[in-house]
Amino acid sequence: MSRLDVRKTYKLYIGGKFPRSESGRSYAVQSASGEFLANASMGSRKDVRDAVVAARAAFGGWAAATPYNRGQVLYRVAEVLEGRRAQFIDEVAAGEGLTARAAAGVVDAAVDRVVWYAGWTDKIAQVLGNLNPVAGPYFNVSAPEPTGVVGVLAPQASSLLGLVSVVAPVIASGNTAVVVSSAARPLPAVTLGEVLATSDVPGGVVNIVTAQTAEVATWLAAHRDVNAIDLTGVAGAEGVDWAGLEAEAAGNLKRVLRPQVAGGVPVEPDWTAAPGLERIRAFVETKTVWHPKGL
Amino acid sequence: MTVSTTTRSAAELTAQARDVLGVSRLTNRALTSWLHGLPGVDQVGCEGRVAGLGTRSIKTTSKAWAIDTAIAMIDLTTLEGSDTPGKVRSLCAKALVPDPLDPTTPRPAAICVYGDMVATAKAALGDSGIHVAAVATAFPSGRASMAVKLADTRDAVKAGADEIDMVIDRGAFLSGDYLTVFNQIAEVKQACGDAHLKVIMETGELVTYDNVRRASYLSMLAGGDFIKTSTGKIQPAATLPVTLIMLEAVRDWRELTGVQVGVKPAGGIRTTKDAIKYLVMVSEIAGEDWLTPEWFRFGASGLLNDLLLQRQKLATGAYSGADYVTID
Repeated sequence: MSRLDVRKTYKLYIGGKFPRSESGRSYAVQSASGEFLANASMGSRKDVRDAVVAARAAFGGWAAATPYNRGQVLYRVAEVLEGRRAQFIDEVAAGEGLTARAAAGVVDAAVDRVVWYAGWTDKIAQVLGNLNPVAGPYFNVSAPEPTGVVGVLAPQASSLLGLVSVVAPVIASGNTAVVVSSAARPLPAVTLGEVLATSDVPGGVVNIVTAQTAEVATWLAAHRDVNAIDLTGVAGAEGVDWAGLEAEAAGNLKRVLRPQVAGGVPVEPDWTAAPGLERIRAFVETKTVWHPKGL
Repeated sequence: MTVSTTTRSAAELTAQARDVLGVSRLTNRALTSWLHGLPGVDQVGCEGRVAGLGTRSIKTTSKAWAIDTAIAMIDLTTLEGSDTPGKVRSLCAKALVPDPLDPTTPRPAAICVYGDMVATAKAALGDSGIHVAAVATAFPSGRASMAVKLADTRDAVKAGADEIDMVIDRGAFLSGDYLTVFNQIAEVKQACGDAHLKVIMETGELVTYDNVRRASYLSMLAGGDFIKTSTGKIQPAATLPVTLIMLEAVRDWRELTGVQVGVKPAGGIRTTKDAIKYLVMVSEIAGEDWLTPEWFRFGASGLLNDLLLQRQKLATGAYSGADYVTID
């Protein structure tokens, strides 16, 4: 007897739950060679709004968690990612048009990237902080603190390695993230949501909206309750006005991480290169305190 | 804001109640047969009607109007054991200037505080026209002797309260002693003098919708100027079905006696979406006559901030955040 197909329903990941888009819309996702892969939810501005509310609610707890604890949680994300290796390889191979072997390399790199950032959580303050020399009987300490809710336009081409490479540094330092996934290749992002939901990451710390980048990016950039925005995903995104997004982001003085530029146009960085601290540094605020020395 | 208030003595109220009931002496038996003769509430129909009204989509200019109307209907409330004069003053400052970014923002109708904070609130609000409402009669339980309840009321009125929010004796109501509840409301009404009386029925403790309808009629009969759902200290507080029953009651009461009574849902209304659902219901059930701060109020504290955020969204076109309103 033949079995009925159990088809997967692709949904958003907001506040630790998997809602459909409030708009009720979906769109067909195609493989690199143009075959139909799945229907994904097409998130709207109101889904982004709900995601920001969830991210804001989660921020206090996540920022207050010890860096050690955040590292443990990120390591757990890597474990669960590894456990879903086969599924990710399929999705990456289909979406990015890679061979199974190349896709396996990408998934391994993505797992390693999460482990790398997991190791950084309790070292950020040591490297980015400082004991400043001052002319008086004071300790003068600078320490990095998370910026807040960070909007992330995930890279369009690298749908898994690129995605974890932009999300992990944001949450490693205690920020919460509202991620707009790659518009054409959203499936690894949906599966990453399922990984996050089962790996001790508190609900709302990462929220993933699969959507047309041009439609929702403006709302995210203009949102007054978002403290920073990563514009990596404007590279290769259809109809996205980078300068317009920066202008909107200026409305509440968001921190903006600009995309890499080559030949005057935004391009995706080489995600296989060693990431460095740039992405962590972009989303922390330095707090400096004076403390009197005991005499 | 003008609030039409008539000073009524308990004796006058009893006489009027006799007329409404058509009896020569107001006894508990007469009240019981009148209240229990009211038609029962169709629970499924009531909740279905609420669900239907809740799906109305209010957008653009209608939404802007609804937000401003809802702001003007708020009784901005702080009823905590930890209230300090400073907290009451900062709440008053918020009522005077709800949104410093936009001076066209309307002011809420009143500040609602405990009796001992009335003088503080009154001084902070000055002649702005924003009313001071005081909860009285051993709020929130209502478990005290009548002498204490009356003294509580007189204290608040003497301190300058424009409105008194009293609680009914739910114990007496649930045990069927309607006459006691009637007499208490009537006496408090007398003690209020010129102040406006809101009767808190604490619907969360009344168990059934039928009881909510009975308590509404009893409160109106005894001279309440407003009927109010809850203290906000009991869950569930204000709900849409309960408010619908109260709105039907005030509509029918005006048909019956010619007297218009206001409605105030209080507690648990936190979002603009909720507030707009209530306004839709007011318009559909009671009618447009009730769509003013004189006849409909929201008892709330957090609601104002959400309304302000939505108002900013309409003005600027961008979603706003908690950094743009005060922390209360």
